[in-house]
Amino acid sequence: MTPYVVLSSILFTIGCVGVLTRRNAIVVFMCVELMLNASNLALVAFSKQHGDLEGQITAFFVMVVAAAEVVVGLAIIMTIFRTRRSASVDDASLLKY
Amino acid sequence: MFVLAEGAAPLVHPSSADGVFSLLWLVIALPLLGAVILLVGGPLAKGRLDRHGHLIGVALPVLSFVVSLVLFIALLGRSSDDRQVGQHLYTWFEAGGLKVGADLLYDPLSALFLLLITGVGSLIHIYSVGYMEHDPRRRRFFGYLNLFVAAMLTLVLAANYLGVFLGWEGVGLASYLLIGFWQYKHSAAAAAKKAFILNRVGDIGLSLGVGLFFVTFGTTDFTTISANADRVSEGTMTALGLLLLLAACGKSAQVPLQSWLLDAMEGPTPVSALIHAATMVTAGVYLIVRSNFVFDYAPHARTAVVVVATVTLLWGAIIGCAKDDIKKVLAGSTMSQIGYMMLAAGIGPAGYPFAIFHLLNHGFFKADMFLGAGSVMHAMDDDVDMRHYGLLRKAMPITFVTFSMGYLAIIGFPGFSGFWSKDKIIEAALTQNWFVGVLAMIGAGITGFYMSRLMFMTFFSKKRWADGVHPHESPAVMTIPLIVLGALSVLGGLMLAGDWIVDFLDPVVGTTPEESPPIPALAISVIVVLIVAVGVAVAWYFFQRQDVPREAPHDVSFATRAARAELYGNEINDVLAVQPGGQLVHGLTLFDRHGVDAVVEGTALGAVGTGSVVRLAQTGYVRSYALSLLAGAVLVVVALLAVNLA
Repeated sequence: MTPYVVLSSILFTIGCVGVLTRRNAIVVFMCVELMLNASNLALVAFSKQHGDLEGQITAFFVMVVAAAEVVVGLAIIMTIFRTRRSASVDDASLLKY
Repeated sequence: MFVLAEGAAPLVHPSSADGVFSLLWLVIALPLLGAVILLVGGPLAKGRLDRHGHLIGVALPVLSFVVSLVLFIALLGRSSDDRQVGQHLYTWFEAGGLKVGADLLYDPLSALFLLLITGVGSLIHIYSVGYMEHDPRRRRFFGYLNLFVAAMLTLVLAANYLGVFLGWEGVGLASYLLIGFWQYKHSAAAAAKKAFILNRVGDIGLSLGVGLFFVTFGTTDFTTISANADRVSEGTMTALGLLLLLAACGKSAQVPLQSWLLDAMEGPTPVSALIHAATMVTAGVYLIVRSNFVFDYAPHARTAVVVVATVTLLWGAIIGCAKDDIKKVLAGSTMSQIGYMMLAAGIGPAGYPFAIFHLLNHGFFKADMFLGAGSVMHAMDDDVDMRHYGLLRKAMPITFVTFSMGYLAIIGFPGFSGFWSKDKIIEAALTQNWFVGVLAMIGAGITGFYMSRLMFMTFFSKKRWADGVHPHESPAVMTIPLIVLGALSVLGGLMLAGDWIVDFLDPVVGTTPEESPPIPALAISVIVVLIVAVGVAVAWYFFQRQDVPREAPHDVSFATRAARAELYGNEINDVLAVQPGGQLVHGLTLFDRHGVDAVVEGTALGAVGTGSVVRLAQTGYVRSYALSLLAGAVLVVVALLAVNLA
């Protein structure tokens, strides 16, 4: 069990750091996907440990949600890129005090 | 100091109103109808009622008097232990455990009051036809007068304290409307407000009294209260008595709530005659006599009544000695005479019938004198200053003769009505407490002085008329009521013939105990007559033998200055009530503005301030938001771990 959970945590941390530090919106998205997959791994591992299928079903749900989120997110990024000619997250900072 | 009545107070146990007594409600309904027609129908009729509406206003109280007379005769026809009639009109309201009915009670006490109110009232209405002939708002005046009569009748006919309260407030309202009738005069409007406010202070007593009655007895019906009065603690009864006394002080202008009465003379003279002499101001005496079942069990409250009454009878008399306004002298005299009535009422069963006897006589002679004063004012171009009168007996003989009848009655000239009633009160006072009796005698002497001063300054002495003033006698519509009232001032004493009034009121107030005064009654009468004669002689010396100056002299004794300033009553009220009230309002306003408003506005300012600090977190950068998300998630995980591992 332990290796799977450790791997899942490492992947999750890498994803977190990526979301916080990368400037390109697409790369941030990829890191979010990485985090989601890390949690999928943890779910499946625990499902194997318990001996039932609940974790794997949940993993399916997560994948569906991730797919939907990618669709919407990429659409937004595409629109922003078309209007502002930039995919950097730092440039979309108009909603400030 | 005062002896509790022997045995229980008489119970109120009315029989039902059948036969002619079923007309009882008409007595109130007729003047009320007049008020509605004149006040509501007047504007609706767009001026068509203004010319002759007052005739309706006169006819209805006269009709009410006729009904009262019929009822009185019917009551006399019944045996003396069967003279209480109750009429239940409808259930006024029911609220939880409280059930209040619109009930009327007709017994000897209310019978006498009914005759006084409707009889003297009708005479004054007839007089007002002449007095208010040239007033454009005459219809409204008669509407208000009818409203007053209806309210006063409600007061004396009610069979429970809530009904009394209704009438009480009604007469207060009518008094306000009538004192301030000439609204355009600032002094009249101010006097009306003053009367109403001081009455309101007294009404606190009646309201709290009604509440205490409900709490103690579960009802305000006279029947139930009088039946259970002996089972209540003396403390509660004393509290009730003091509250009723407070109410009576307000309505009857007794010290400490007396300062409105002299100002109330701003109203038209018929108003002064009806409301502030014969009827409304006597409502306090009625209340105390009617509540005899309360006072019979509260000797300390009785003592308070006697103290208040004695102070007032001297207070009013002293004020009357130095006023130059003829109406204000009569007002001071009213205050003093009501003090006598309250004194008798405070003595207990020994004094109740004489309080009512004096009340009725006072109604006659004071109304007579007020209407006479109105007649004089009418002749002197509405001048009220007696220093501008003089030798009017030649110019206005009928007014002079009728006024003299009232004058002789009030000073207690032997044979006139006032002589009988005042002597009886002084006798009862001496029997109870010699000091109070002596003060009452001194009061009689002062009464002789100031009333004679009035007579000499107005009808005798020398002419001090202003240029262009030609006094003449008043028209018949004004002199006929004067003649009737003058005759009643003479004949009123007949009510005491054979102790008739004492026996008549016996079922209401209890048997007058046979206690003899410390000195024989004849000796008391002689002494009082002598004291009064001294007062008259002093007045003769100063105001008939010497010339009366046309302008009021300025270098006068402190006593005169104090009496002119109404014994500083207004200044006392100012210091005790008006100034503190003003300070309280000022303080409350400050608290409202800087306290309450500051809290409300401060909350808003606080919200704004917090917002302006917190908004700095909105940097617009997605990454910083993501960092906050992460921090929050870490916190949640740590919390979960802490809970699960603890």
